[in-house]
Amino acid sequence: MSAPSLARRRFVMQTGAAATALAFPLVGGAQPKSVRVGVLHPVTGALAYSGQQCREGALMAIEDINKAGGIKSLGGAKIEALLGDAQSTPAAGTAEVEKMNEAGVSAIVGAYASAICLATTQAAAKYNLPHIVDVGVADQIVERGLKNTFRFAPGYKKCAEIALANLHVLNTAAGKPAKTVMIIHEESLFGTGTANLLARELPGYGYEVKEVVKHANPTRDFNNIVLRMKAINPDIVIPANYYNEYALLVRTMQQQKVTPKAIYSVLGGAASSYKFVKEFPQAANGIIDCNHWFNPKDKRSIDLKKRVEAKNLFYSYEIFLTYTAMRLLADTLERAKSADRAAIISALETSTFSDHFLPYGPTKFVNGQNTGAQPLMTQVLDNDIKVIVPREYRQAEPIFPLKA
Amino acid sequence: MFDVDILFPAVLNGLTTGAVYALVALGLTLIYGVLHIINFAHGAALMMALYGVYFLKQAFGIDPYLALLPMVAVMFVAGYALQRGIVNRASHGKDENILLVTLGLSIVLENLALLAFKSDTRTIDTAYTLTTVAIGPAMIAVSKLVAFAGALVTSAVLLWIVRRTDLGRAIRAVAREKHGSRLVGIDVDHVYAMSFGIGLACLGAAACFLLPAYYVNPLVGNGFVLVAFTIVVLGGMGSFAGALVGGLLIGMVESLGGLWFGESLGQIGIFLLFIAVLLFRPQGLFGAKA
Repeated sequence: MSAPSLARRRFVMQTGAAATALAFPLVGGAQPKSVRVGVLHPVTGALAYSGQQCREGALMAIEDINKAGGIKSLGGAKIEALLGDAQSTPAAGTAEVEKMNEAGVSAIVGAYASAICLATTQAAAKYNLPHIVDVGVADQIVERGLKNTFRFAPGYKKCAEIALANLHVLNTAAGKPAKTVMIIHEESLFGTGTANLLARELPGYGYEVKEVVKHANPTRDFNNIVLRMKAINPDIVIPANYYNEYALLVRTMQQQKVTPKAIYSVLGGAASSYKFVKEFPQAANGIIDCNHWFNPKDKRSIDLKKRVEAKNLFYSYEIFLTYTAMRLLADTLERAKSADRAAIISALETSTFSDHFLPYGPTKFVNGQNTGAQPLMTQVLDNDIKVIVPREYRQAEPIFPLKA
Repeated sequence: MFDVDILFPAVLNGLTTGAVYALVALGLTLIYGVLHIINFAHGAALMMALYGVYFLKQAFGIDPYLALLPMVAVMFVAGYALQRGIVNRASHGKDENILLVTLGLSIVLENLALLAFKSDTRTIDTAYTLTTVAIGPAMIAVSKLVAFAGALVTSAVLLWIVRRTDLGRAIRAVAREKHGSRLVGIDVDHVYAMSFGIGLACLGAAACFLLPAYYVNPLVGNGFVLVAFTIVVLGGMGSFAGALVGGLLIGMVESLGGLWFGESLGQIGIFLLFIAVLLFRPQGLFGAKA
């Protein structure tokens, strides 16, 4: 990394810190002491869009919590956000953890990408600093025995298992029209991990994995991959990649007139994205995704969606996952009756947080993973994203296969 | 070995992708190859041009191809002003200063874009976004064919400017002998600024051809600028024909490399080719011997 870009980042970080200090002045007198919380996301660099969405979700939650009277068991203490920028790299994320620790935060919520979460949770563990992982789907994050690390949402293993089981149910119900699969994934921890899992498990369900294609971020052109797809002619195409590449891939498939029996994504970057559906309704139509999703029958999730859209933002999984992760922390502080790090960790270990709109049921952490967390299956139907599986959240009947 | 039904479309696809690379490299070869200005802001300027095309479409409904004229004009003026107002002044005639100034510019532009437009990836939807034409077994997107034609026309126009016009002669004179040019009455600062302007005008054109098939976000330029530098050196510094052929070649190598080595290793071919050219023909494919 060149010296000027380091200097720029230092400048950005310092001004960020100064702005935070200005935005949250220390108020003396009878006010209860506020609880400092690190909000750490990659808001610049390659993952900036997702990072900014996450930050927005966290800040909306803090706004709601403070408006509702703060942490009551701490005399109405307000949550004070200390914003950090992981700059889309694990190293920068680690540096931010060090700073947040120095600044005396009680806990950290973040840090979106798996690779960054791996680094930040480990850095926070040194200080016994509780770290709630908002997204980070790689299962290694919670498999290293770190006592400070808690993930509220499901990991990719769970998502891949559910996706596979449901694919089999859908396919069997339709008379088993699909037999072959092609997997296209991005090259980092998330895409590779998901693809490996799927490629290993699919044959057990009787599917032949014709090809697994890895691509870089960014990939400027998907024509070659789609050409191979054309030659292989798989029944099902499974993409596991981030938004830009996902969108380019699906658009290219449409240009090349490649129409598999299903586009079936696992944690697909654009598959259950309102942005993609709005911008490319034709290309998005019919896509199935197994991804983080909210309970569509819970009024609170719809209310939040409206508020997010009023800000001219898309209601993406980054927003509602980080929103809920922050609410989990507030609930934990309430139970812990303390802003002490050790107290927060033990309150998280025994948390039964259920006042949320994700389809997880009451919270129960085992080795840092919320065991009730699960993805939902969605499908793009009539220019909207509908839940198709499981039945208790179903909004529409699945369409599988896409064409006869 | 792949079937011809795959190879042929892959080659065509490489050529059309390469045409877009060539468009970006054409502007760079003028600035870098002729004037020896290492313009780190080239990618950022492309990004700004893409935003320009995007907002013309979203705010006024102007089709990207109709935006060609205003975009080329605006980018030319911006380039001229940038060189005269900032790059030239701040560099005090030293090449290493220019390097820092353009690097600084790229940082400022990228962060301004991040501030103004957020990191959101934006795309435009046109009637022809998903339209393709069949050429034999290949389906080629209309937007890519247009970009291919655009690259050919743009390089022809550039070649004509440099070979046949007074400005072109002045540019060549300044590139070869700055002080001598000044002695014979050429306004060197003006020629520098004109070249910079033309270089960025190429990006204006590139943006119009690129956006219908691609997207824009504040970091989008980075992916192109490294390839463009490679093309300029590969084709021969300052050679427009070299930039065009280099661009097409690199597009093809990338496409076929992706086919044989897998997508994430596809770019290896580019750099193998690059090293080979540097070893055996250091002046580049179309460059004159120093």
